[in-house]
Amino acid sequence: MSETNAARIVGIDLGTTNSLVAFMQGDHPVVIPGEDGVNLVPSVVAIPEPKKIVVGNPAAKHLAATPDRVIYSAKRLMGRGVEDIQDELKLFPFHLASDIQPGEVLRIQLGEQQYTPPEISAYVLRQLKKNAERYFGSPVTKAVITVPAYFNDAQRQATKDAGRMAGLDVLRLVNEPTAAALAYGLDRNKEGIVAVYDLGGGTFDISILKLHEGIFEVIATNGDTHLGGDDIDNLLIAIALDDIHGELKLDLRANPEAIQAIRKAVIEAKIVLSTSETTRIAVDLPGGQPYRREITREQFEQIIKPVIDRTINPCKQALKDAGVTPEQIDEVVLVGGSTRIPFVRSLTDQIFHLAPRNKKPHIELNPDEVVALGAAVQANILEGGSKATEDMLLLDVTPLSLGIEALGGVVAKIIQRNSTIPASATEHFTTGVDGQLNVAIHVVQGERELAKDCRSLARFDLKGIPPMSAGLPRIEVKFLIDANGILHVSAREQRSGKEAEIEVKPTYGLTDEQVETMILDSFDNAEADFQQRQLIEARNEAETILTAIEKAKSNPAWRELTDEERSQIALLSAELGVLKEGDDAKALRDGTEALDKSTRRMAELMMETAVSSAIGGQTMQSAGEKLGDGPTAPHPFAPAEIK
Amino acid sequence: MGTKPFCDACGKVQPPSPDIDYFAAFGLPRKLNIDLSALERSFYRLSRKLHPDVYAQATQQEQQWSLEQTSLLNDAYRTLKNSIARTEYLLKLEGVVLEAGKSEDGAAKESRVPADLLEEVFELNMQLEEMRMTRKMGEDDPQLRKDLEKAHIDFESQLAASDSNLQDLWTLWGTALDNEDTARKSETKDQMVALLDRRRYIRNLVRDVNEALEA
Repeated sequence: MSETNAARIVGIDLGTTNSLVAFMQGDHPVVIPGEDGVNLVPSVVAIPEPKKIVVGNPAAKHLAATPDRVIYSAKRLMGRGVEDIQDELKLFPFHLASDIQPGEVLRIQLGEQQYTPPEISAYVLRQLKKNAERYFGSPVTKAVITVPAYFNDAQRQATKDAGRMAGLDVLRLVNEPTAAALAYGLDRNKEGIVAVYDLGGGTFDISILKLHEGIFEVIATNGDTHLGGDDIDNLLIAIALDDIHGELKLDLRANPEAIQAIRKAVIEAKIVLSTSETTRIAVDLPGGQPYRREITREQFEQIIKPVIDRTINPCKQALKDAGVTPEQIDEVVLVGGSTRIPFVRSLTDQIFHLAPRNKKPHIELNPDEVVALGAAVQANILEGGSKATEDMLLLDVTPLSLGIEALGGVVAKIIQRNSTIPASATEHFTTGVDGQLNVAIHVVQGERELAKDCRSLARFDLKGIPPMSAGLPRIEVKFLIDANGILHVSAREQRSGKEAEIEVKPTYGLTDEQVETMILDSFDNAEADFQQRQLIEARNEAETILTAIEKAKSNPAWRELTDEERSQIALLSAELGVLKEGDDAKALRDGTEALDKSTRRMAELMMETAVSSAIGGQTMQSAGEKLGDGPTAPHPFAPAEIK
Repeated sequence: MGTKPFCDACGKVQPPSPDIDYFAAFGLPRKLNIDLSALERSFYRLSRKLHPDVYAQATQQEQQWSLEQTSLLNDAYRTLKNSIARTEYLLKLEGVVLEAGKSEDGAAKESRVPADLLEEVFELNMQLEEMRMTRKMGEDDPQLRKDLEKAHIDFESQLAASDSNLQDLWTLWGTALDNEDTARKSETKDQMVALLDRRRYIRNLVRDVNEALEA
């Protein structure tokens, strides 16, 4: 069954501006188009009326008329706090909830309701999932999702949460530049050192990789999660607003509709300037007044230079960290829509000394699609690989150093940036006061010396330390960054050997419970995907009965069954176990029912022997709940009435 | 418990042994002369077998073990491929307690000046102070700059010398280990500790001079 569509893992590029879903078709990754035949799904979500959610191009259409009911570029808000985004808020038409405290997850007011950035992203992911399901004609539940290489822990966790809310099991988060390298590395058997320069709508990444016999080893990465095409647009918008203020005596800064109209016009102009020497920004302002402005490529380049130049330092730092000179870079790959700008191309040429070496950057693959294609390649590797990917293995790094706050607010680094992941570090802590029962650890990410200048990831509270004299407990804490770049922490008190209890307070993240609630909320709000839901429910039912049977085997009633009854139950359990991994909801329900029937006599026996008096007149289900950890009814959902 | 990452019988990934060290993770003796290209080959070969990507569809238990094995492998590779980190790690295994903040990446400075460097360091600190003063006044002193550049070159060459001394000690260590010569081992260990201290000190000086010149 490994070759069926049901087991298919898709690759998703969840972009700031556009998102795509791709999969591996034979030896080649291909992008799956939406119903409209278009590959790119704009990362735009609109709620034109209560409970109605629209995603992609249809959502973008609402921008002009009701900008306060539309959100775009939500990726820029993922894993961030209210204090981080003051600058962009001025240019976004949407509003934050007014009661957000610093350090809290953002909430955006959209129409009547509030949404967190992961929820918004989940709607985009659901659309992509739907597109893939339409294309395959079967459910899609597993995905690889790409993230900017320079995303921190909170931003990664937020992306994973979004996947979960959308009903996707996110098997791996892959860094976007690395994904691009995978897509490029597929066709030719490359060796050597490659730099991937990825300037997208909202983020910039630079990654330096060493390619050797199918191993893609990232040796250094750097970037800026707040730098991209959006910044260019915002600059042009600011200039246009100034112009209009000066020439037409119109202050439109507080007019979201007008700003959207201007945004559309400047983006069009920006795109034209990649191929033409001159163009004209043309907008009809509210009230019918026209605004026209000629702009040459030279002027455009002067305007955007400060933005584009911000990519130079990350590139230099990455080269330094990788221990290579620009001349040692064999290939440069350009990724992201903003690398279509000629000025960006000439800058990369300078940074990596390409022209004097008669080299040209790689732009063969569509820069808007290459990341999704690479995600599909990684998805294929996780599926067990195909002929095209069998030797491929990706070894990525953590972009930021991990540290803990020590005395005086200084950061003690425990995992250095550019360490290959998974990576771990073990630290020992003790108490400062006699009988102290808790130890608090503040974990940060970043390169600065002081904790307050780094990114706060979480505060861990180690609890349940046995009371001892100060300095005597020896608490071993293991920090592990997994292959997704996400931190896991476990702790043990070594003298007592006790696993310490850890309470985590993620600084900008959602707790598990919050994510669960949001999954339910999204089911309530969005038009329900019934088939998918039924499958999930059928799986849960199967899971419940299988668990119940395992438990019941220790009940005396199990021994009272005949050999034949027992082997029948074993056979049906095994069959159901296989069906549970598949995607056929009906077969799953039938299997569950058959197994349920075969255990009916056992259930009766159990009830007679143990608990009949206590639960008389109740259904099996509520009986099962009441029984707790004791003997459990084997089919807790069967509506059998007990006499 | 064995030190192998795989079960001999079933070929499946196993949890890492709690007392495995970075040398053992690569099947290497506790020696410091390491063939780096062979180390890289082993790293790639083991990564292909242990990496979580290979276990994406396996049981949760196997995924967890693969994660633990791979993080151990990566931590081991990162430590062993760097000559200083490798030496420090070996010393730690041999019971030497390196003070917090004294490792290669630590920000804290070593205060003890190696005796033979006293004079040079004294002069350098004067020059650095002078440089800072001139800077404050918004001036530039070409002669001072020249002196500092010379000091820079001087300390860089001392750094290189300490690296080559360290390699000699590695060889001594290897021989002592082969001969099970406890006295020589302990002696070499002490020499390595002293050399690392000295090296760290010089490195910080180089950093200070760099900062003064670049500022």
